[in-house]
Amino acid sequence: MESTSIGISNPWARSAGLLILGAAMLVFVGLSIVLGATKISVQQAYDSIVQYDSTSNEQIIARTTRVPRALIAAAIGASLAIAGAIMQAITRNPLGDPTILGINSGATLSVVTAITVFGIGSMNVLVWISFLGAALGAMSVFALGSLGRDGLSPMRIVLAGAAMTALFGSFTQGLLVMNENGLNDVLFWLTGSIAGRSLESLSSVLPYLAVSWIAALIICRHLNVLAMGEDTAKGLGQKTIAVKIIGSIIIVLLAGSSVAVAGPIGFIGIVVPQISRLFAGMDYRWLIPYSALSGALLLLAADIMARYIIMPQELPVGVMTAVIGTPVFIFIARKGLNK
Amino acid sequence: MRKGYITIRSSAMSLSVQLHKRLILLFLVLLAVVAGSMVVSTGIGDMYINPLDVWKAVLGQGLPDHILVVQTLRLPRIVIAIMVGASLGVAGAMMQSIIRNPLAAPDLIGVTGGASLAAVTFLTYLPGLYSIHLLPVAAMIGAVAASALIYMLAWKRGVAPVRLVLVGIGISALISSLTTMLIVMSPTIYAASSAYLWITGTIYGTSWDNVLSLLPWTTVFLLLAVLSVRELNIHQLGDDIAAGTGSAVQRKRLLLLGICVILAGSAVSMAGPIGFVGLLAPHMARRLAGPSAGSMLPIAGLLGGLIVLLADLVGRTAFLPHDIPVGVFTAGIGAPFFIYLLYRTRNAR
Repeated sequence: MESTSIGISNPWARSAGLLILGAAMLVFVGLSIVLGATKISVQQAYDSIVQYDSTSNEQIIARTTRVPRALIAAAIGASLAIAGAIMQAITRNPLGDPTILGINSGATLSVVTAITVFGIGSMNVLVWISFLGAALGAMSVFALGSLGRDGLSPMRIVLAGAAMTALFGSFTQGLLVMNENGLNDVLFWLTGSIAGRSLESLSSVLPYLAVSWIAALIICRHLNVLAMGEDTAKGLGQKTIAVKIIGSIIIVLLAGSSVAVAGPIGFIGIVVPQISRLFAGMDYRWLIPYSALSGALLLLAADIMARYIIMPQELPVGVMTAVIGTPVFIFIARKGLNK
Repeated sequence: MRKGYITIRSSAMSLSVQLHKRLILLFLVLLAVVAGSMVVSTGIGDMYINPLDVWKAVLGQGLPDHILVVQTLRLPRIVIAIMVGASLGVAGAMMQSIIRNPLAAPDLIGVTGGASLAAVTFLTYLPGLYSIHLLPVAAMIGAVAASALIYMLAWKRGVAPVRLVLVGIGISALISSLTTMLIVMSPTIYAASSAYLWITGTIYGTSWDNVLSLLPWTTVFLLLAVLSVRELNIHQLGDDIAAGTGSAVQRKRLLLLGICVILAGSAVSMAGPIGFVGLLAPHMARRLAGPSAGSMLPIAGLLGGLIVLLADLVGRTAFLPHDIPVGVFTAGIGAPFFIYLLYRTRNAR
């Protein structure tokens, strides 16, 4: 297979790479708990989980803020990276990402509407509303991008995504301008931030995330076939429509959950699969796990960096990922979409 | 010479336009519609003034109340609406010809994003430090800087339209997240909401000073746009054919983009990013006048002005006493139309 030309070809070395990534991720979860405006010793971080002492400030911070934050970063990072990888397989477009293709902005609009117009605050409801918005965004972009005789041409889908992003964005703005109190309520959430989220907000989306992760691992075989091209895949007997629909549902669940918890965080879906390909090659059976772990790693690292740049304040992590991701985006854009 | 056409040629100004007589009629009709809408919409509002009295008030006759309302409150806003709309419409038409894609809009090459980032920085982090009259200047600098950055990043032995658009989308995403960050982290909620109002696009509270400071930009660059129609027509054919006709493609494209950026940038810096006008107006113009730049550009300008005027009229009258930003309405009209457009152009490359 030609695809073996990229990445590590020896399967043992690939597995070892996966283990190293996993270990690195655990180290960064640890760092994310320890580092920040308040330093927490490793001992206290450990104690806060094993024998919690609610009189120690450090332990309170570790348990109520840092641990949830680290876990949320890992889960969201992994989810966005998987969503990006699947999207790139379905659209055969290296710029596939929930932000660029209008899915995050659809979810953002629906959540902002729910919070400001209907005053909904419950996370369990917001998640479903976010799914709805993400699905709306995904459907409109896929539909608009794939109309016409060329089908899902990379350029069309990127333009359709940019246009839908502009559209959802201007409605969100309109809502917030007409409702200033609403602006106050959602402002913290608009840039994409994982600071100050409770563990409950993660646990309310965790079932959807877990199902999607498992489903992603199950369909990656089919993604390999689909990535060869629509016609080839059909010729090999694949029900391409079914694979695309299942893939889209996974993307919607992953992106929708991420937006509900953390707001729109961009570019992870572009950066991570692009870099993971260097190690995992084009085989989605390896690419999906590699992307998941690297995505978690990237968001954890970005979140730690975000605490140090303008200390004692913090940057929203969505800005960090945009700053990291834009050079990669431009690199891909300069290389050209059609190989 | 073909029948029914009027040819305008000048070798000194490298100008060559063939105008159909029907087009001139169309132009005049639209001009009359725009003028009529200006007069009528000036009369509509919290205090209704009938068109005849509006006309008298413009000339400085009639009731003092009418003169105050018309001359100082409503008319500058309406003139700005027309100017901003015309600039956006023409810039959009130029952009679509340069990029050769019906979905391209000046927003794509960072004009809106850059202007927003600069304006929001100005509103949230430098309040009171400089006069508010410098806000358009800051926005304009932002617009030009962002477009220049995108142009440079897209340069790779020349700038291909596709690469320009893709780099533009990437940089715009970065800029918009920086803009949101500035709003989120702004010192006061008041600064945040005024910044938010700005990035929605509003022409609330414009004065004759605003009109005067925008006027030179609009007139000079609209004129330059009209003078560039020959080059635009050539660019529509594609880089290879354009080069074949003897056009210095890269240099001319840079010039055309420059005109386009300054037109859109000056409009945005005065009124904020009013969405979808640069997309809607050229399409309607193409339906009415055909694809030739010489006939499409003026029509797109008139239609752009009309769209902003009407959207602002709805925004300031329909929800009294609230004054809804014009950008909300242009998006409201523009969005469904845009989806229809994507459907119609589904076979275009």
